[in-house]
Amino acid sequence: MSVKLSTRQVGDVTVIDSAGRITLGEGASVFRDTVRDLTAKGDKKILLNLSDVTYIDSSGIGELVSGFTTVTNHGGVLKLLGLNKRVKDLLQITKLYTVFEVFDDEATAVRSF
Amino acid sequence: MDIPAHLARTLVTDPMAETYRGEVPVVDTLLESNLESVDEAEASALKVAEEIGFDEDDLHQIGMAVRECMVNAVVHGNRYSARKKVHFAVAKAADHLTITIRDEGEGFEYSTLPNPLSEENLLRQSGRGLLLIQAFVDKLEVTRTQAGGTEVKMLKYLGKSN
Repeated sequence: MSVKLSTRQVGDVTVIDSAGRITLGEGASVFRDTVRDLTAKGDKKILLNLSDVTYIDSSGIGELVSGFTTVTNHGGVLKLLGLNKRVKDLLQITKLYTVFEVFDDEATAVRSF
Repeated sequence: MDIPAHLARTLVTDPMAETYRGEVPVVDTLLESNLESVDEAEASALKVAEEIGFDEDDLHQIGMAVRECMVNAVVHGNRYSARKKVHFAVAKAADHLTITIRDEGEGFEYSTLPNPLSEENLLRQSGRGLLLIQAFVDKLEVTRTQAGGTEVKMLKYLGKSN
């Protein structure tokens, strides 16, 4: 199963709800295209909800980084929500916890922008 | 990560030669250089790992290490070439599992790989595969084969959490 993405607005924050696997191949490209389209539309506050993401590989991590860079380069901010322990471990191993702001609660995440 | 100069061509985190005694080969196959082979290798390795008795967390780590290694072999080593195969082998012992993945590519110089943990590389899109493999297994050997490709041996002990 690849990743399934849907977007919604919470105030001026765009939440990308993700479910499934973000891995090399279709999963990674769907994510990349969604972030690109949102930034092209002018969205500057993006919260990536990974609560229902069951698996991320190094390519998926790369897409998170790429998304972060794309949003940042357009003057926006991308933050992460709802990481399970395994994804948090990956961010620790790759030192990306120093790059991303990570939240466990959506309301807190939205207020942080 | 700092690698001594004399290991530059062979990354060895912990020599495995002594460990091979007592191992029984259970899988030894050639896989196509495509992403379906990544799934196939993962399933095959996990089947053996389950038989040995690895717990859920270890199974997840083994699966990830195999997937990352297979992706390296398929994408970077063999470059998806239909003419090149990935050699995939699994051996088991009472207390560990050894997985060997060998591509038919042109090899690479480990010492020239960018360090994914250094400040200037943190925002690179790729280059984290070996880092993750190393985090999830107990012993790792990366060698350049005589034919020029890359062989990776990964060993994981039963009951030793990473």
